[in-house]
Amino acid sequence: MDFNGSDTIPGPRTEDHLPHTAQAAVKIVIVGGFGVGKTTMVGSVSDIRPLTTEETMTQAGIGVDDNYGSETKTATTVAMDFGRISITDKLVLYLFGTPGQERFWFLWNGLFEGALGAVVLVDTRRLEVSFDVMGRLEERGVPFVVAVNSFPDAPRYPTEELRTALDLAPEIPILDCDVRRRASSKEVLMTLMRFLHSIALSGALT
Amino acid sequence: MTPPRRKRRQPQPLPPPPPPPPKPAEGEENPRYPERLYTIAGSADGGRAELDLVTLIVARSAPPPSASPEEAAVLRLCTAPLSVAELSAYLNLPFSAMTVLITELITTELVQARAPIVRKALPDRSLLEAVMHGLQRL
Repeated sequence: MDFNGSDTIPGPRTEDHLPHTAQAAVKIVIVGGFGVGKTTMVGSVSDIRPLTTEETMTQAGIGVDDNYGSETKTATTVAMDFGRISITDKLVLYLFGTPGQERFWFLWNGLFEGALGAVVLVDTRRLEVSFDVMGRLEERGVPFVVAVNSFPDAPRYPTEELRTALDLAPEIPILDCDVRRRASSKEVLMTLMRFLHSIALSGALT
Repeated sequence: MTPPRRKRRQPQPLPPPPPPPPKPAEGEENPRYPERLYTIAGSADGGRAELDLVTLIVARSAPPPSASPEEAAVLRLCTAPLSVAELSAYLNLPFSAMTVLITELITTELVQARAPIVRKALPDRSLLEAVMHGLQRL
């Protein structure tokens, strides 16, 4: 990239500047398959227009197109959309939407290790896409809620049927949502926060 | 519903070890894991600061004449606090390249890094409550 014209580098709009008092940030990760609505959800609740951060990896690492015998490796870019919500003058919440495949996760330093928790966004037409994601989060001990994005032509199942099919622990919240709506995305985040709070309370009692 | 049944997994007692450094055999390039690429690498020798996607970066001064164009761009952007992720997005630089650049700026005391709050074994209830109150106002 040519930085010589860096006076014109687009930065945050004036109204998107964080206050100087902003001291710390927390993050929530939204995980799901391609096209399940991660970016839509980020955009519906974010204070700022969703942004994209990228990481570059070599094609040899992707495992889809082996380049045996090739001298040059082609670089592939993996993108992650994110948004931001100002919580207080001092605290900021970031929302990251990431692909479900774990091989992308470690590209971003501590994406999950430092997160408050995760939202697994699922599409009932392709439930199995989210199986591995949930397993990985369980293995890492990252608390998560399951949000079923209501696509018009997607089959509807009773929550308990979904819980059985997904083999989710009874305490893990499952809720329907329409991530195009701000109120609905907000309710998903509130459900996650209430769940995290209940875990903190029970942890304090033991 | 035709149940595509999943099997619940248990937390692993220890976090999985970091991926081993690829050891390509003689004349063979076949690392099992993707590799980060360092494009704007001031020092790619592992001397990077512990920067998270949401570490907030604030400029401590205006760009000195000695600053590279990339460094000057960062310093101009973060006159108000900005996360590493946002800097990466605005400058169109990969996250890993961004952390290398910021590490340089921290070392030369041109920027200040405000550490993120990370999830602990026992989450801080007051922190969670603050986030809930903030979300409620949306």
